[in-house]
Amino acid sequence: MVRTTGKILHRLAIELVLPLALFGLLLAVSANSTNFYFPPLARVLERFDALWLGPRFVTDVLPSLGRLIAGYAIACLAGVVIGVPLGMFAALRRAAEPVLEFFRAIPPPALIPVLVMLAGFGDTMKVAVIVTGAIWPILLNTVEGVKGADSVLDETCRTYQIRGMSRLWNFVLPSASPQIVVGMRVGLSIGIILMVISEMFAATTGLGAAIIVFQRSFEIPEMWSGVLMLGLFGFALSVVFRLFERRALKWYYGMRDLERRS
Amino acid sequence: MAMNAVAVVSVSHLNKVYQSRERRVEAIGDLTFDVAAGDFTCIVGPSGAGKTTLLKCLSGLLAPTSGAILVNGHAVVGPPAEMAVVFQEYGRSLFPWKTVRENIELPLREKKIARTERARLVDEALEAVALTGVAGSYPWQLSGGMQQRVAIARAVAYQPKVMVLDEPFAAVDAQTRADLEDLMLRLWSELDLTVIFVTHDIDEAVYLGQRVLVLSSSPTRVLDDVPIDIAGPRSQATTRVEPRFAELRTRVYRGIQQAKASVHG
Ligand SMILES: Nc1ncnc2c1ncn2[C@@H]1O[C@H](COP(=O)(O)OP(=O)(O)OP(=O)(O)O)[C@@H](O)[C@H]1O
Ligand SMILES: [Mg+2]
Repeated sequence: MVRTTGKILHRLAIELVLPLALFGLLLAVSANSTNFYFPPLARVLERFDALWLGPRFVTDVLPSLGRLIAGYAIACLAGVVIGVPLGMFAALRRAAEPVLEFFRAIPPPALIPVLVMLAGFGDTMKVAVIVTGAIWPILLNTVEGVKGADSVLDETCRTYQIRGMSRLWNFVLPSASPQIVVGMRVGLSIGIILMVISEMFAATTGLGAAIIVFQRSFEIPEMWSGVLMLGLFGFALSVVFRLFERRALKWYYGMRDLERRS
Repeated sequence: MAMNAVAVVSVSHLNKVYQSRERRVEAIGDLTFDVAAGDFTCIVGPSGAGKTTLLKCLSGLLAPTSGAILVNGHAVVGPPAEMAVVFQEYGRSLFPWKTVRENIELPLREKKIARTERARLVDEALEAVALTGVAGSYPWQLSGGMQQRVAIARAVAYQPKVMVLDEPFAAVDAQTRADLEDLMLRLWSELDLTVIFVTHDIDEAVYLGQRVLVLSSSPTRVLDDVPIDIAGPRSQATTRVEPRFAELRTRVYRGIQQAKASVHG
């Protein structure tokens, strides 16, 4: 226990060296900047403190987060629910493939005008944009993961009469889970991108909207602070995702680490 | 013993052809044999003889091209509930996301066995294969021999009438293999089991079996059916040096040689 905590601290220290160095460098280099578009980092930080750690956390960050979580959750659920039968049945897969390929080829931002028409400028539209983009890696990875299930395990299920829902829970989903999680990780970054784009397109609240508003009114340090906030937002989410991943796939990482060591 | 006992597994004129667009492989030509209740039957044959194909047909995983298979008097159309299969690829037959206990317990949950009874069966099975200490471990944390014992424990806890094993010890070291062989013999004598054991190892077949079926190379037929009349309990130290063991071994060996020769000739 003590040793693992020590190891984590050690790793954290190594991982922090470069960001801190870059941060210090930028702080020093930009200190005397008179360029209107690249204000001193210290000013950006000052605005960051005033804006994002203040009222805007509630009025912009939380709405963004809410939309992202809603859209991402729907994408995860739908991706897995649609992906599993496609992975299990080749005939279904063959029938669905052309349609899937077509929809996947459409860049989700191109759907924003369509979705605005259908769902207006509200949250529904933004959530829908996130879903249309984030679902693909999750769905396709689910299909691949389910398809790639081990044939010996499949025969084991058959001989021990493990069928239906039990087979799904005990065999199909766990065996596809490492690949599903890969899809979810990609889906999350796509989701964040689309969250920002949809907010820039049409919104009064949210991180994307705030950055655009600052830019249009030439509040450059504020704009940069928004970019910084967005970066931290994405970083925090990826840390949370990594924790989830480590926990949900404990068996997988355990097995992989063991294989690597031997 | 095999003469008057009831046939638990009955194979008649089994034929299996793998047909794909490019190739047609007649893996099993014409196989007919019965396995009596409580018998320990070993099946040997050269590599590619269709042994795995035969077991897959027996266990309902593959449909025969023609012929009939009866288990307990019922035609096999899917995996029979009273049969447990131990695969050669033991590493791939255990669920890596489940602990040893969960692996053994899952088929029992499917059989709707109550929780306390399940726990008892799992504990007994683990004890039978001398693995009580690792119930909470994951299969991939165990050695190959231990993994195969978990697979056997799962089959034992399932309480099958027939246990079918496909070259189960082919990939473990010699000492572990000897231990596992004796484990199989002990389980067979203690439990009310009919065992069908496929191996390519002649010594193993003669050491374990009450009877050895020698298969020809594909298209497979039964070349020889050798009753193993070695009296008394088997022991690694003494059985293998008995004269009768050597005679039987030679007979099976000649059969296999003949099977191989027929391929080249
Ligand atoms: N799925 C398949 N499709 C086509 N041919 C197959 C298939 N499985 C096995 N065969 C062929 O059938 C024959 C018998 O194969 P099988 O695996 O049953 O032999 P085996 O006796 O188990 O061999 P080994 O001792 O090497 O395990 C071989 O010629 C093999 O190439
Ligand atoms: Mg085989």
